[in-house]
Amino acid sequence: MRVIVQAEPFDLGALSNAFAADAGGAGAVVTFTGLVRDNGGALAAMEIEHYPGMTEKAITAIVEEARSRWALLDALVVHRYGRLAGGEAIMMVATAARHRAEAFAAAEFLMDYLKSRAPFWKKELTSDGAEWVAAREVDEAALKRW
Amino acid sequence: MIEVLYFAWVRERIGVPRERIETEAATVMDLINELKLREERYAWAFDDLTSLRVAVDQELSGFDAALAGVREIAFFPPMTGG
Repeated sequence: MRVIVQAEPFDLGALSNAFAADAGGAGAVVTFTGLVRDNGGALAAMEIEHYPGMTEKAITAIVEEARSRWALLDALVVHRYGRLAGGEAIMMVATAARHRAEAFAAAEFLMDYLKSRAPFWKKELTSDGAEWVAAREVDEAALKRW
Repeated sequence: MIEVLYFAWVRERIGVPRERIETEAATVMDLINELKLREERYAWAFDDLTSLRVAVDQELSGFDAALAGVREIAFFPPMTGG
């Protein structure tokens, strides 16, 4: 299990390949990558702020919760902070399990919880100015299905 | 003394990312009310508690959380990760 919080871009291919190669006994690896939507070119940049210290602890707790619910062989969460351009990868999760149902479910669970329980805040910069992205009720509601 | 951190628009309204605050407040809510009386910028930041979240020693908490022995408090809007 690995949690990486960094400003730098990450190498999706290298991380995915290494994750799959190390997932001994797995029959399924699911990866999800979140990208910065450029909203048809309107977005100049996205700034992501986080809470150093709590971020790592909160993500680790979310991953531990996923491991207690599904028989995961491994899990990886990478989340960036700082200034990102449209189209850049913000974050990724990877899960490994013996069968795909568990890997898919755990990846979705991780995504749902990272959305509203990991201390990140996004600010969109456009030609009209800067605006904090508001949390969406649908994201909070998504937690209830687990 | 307690270390108080602010993030996102809460930080922008208060004007600093963190500060050390001398307080006798018993709970998070008491601290909020005390700060709101101190200066207008706190009243502005803490105006709508439904859009505010709090972490006590880096754990999400309620506004009724006790402050005895607490080292660090953080105030921020609902999180938007992922």
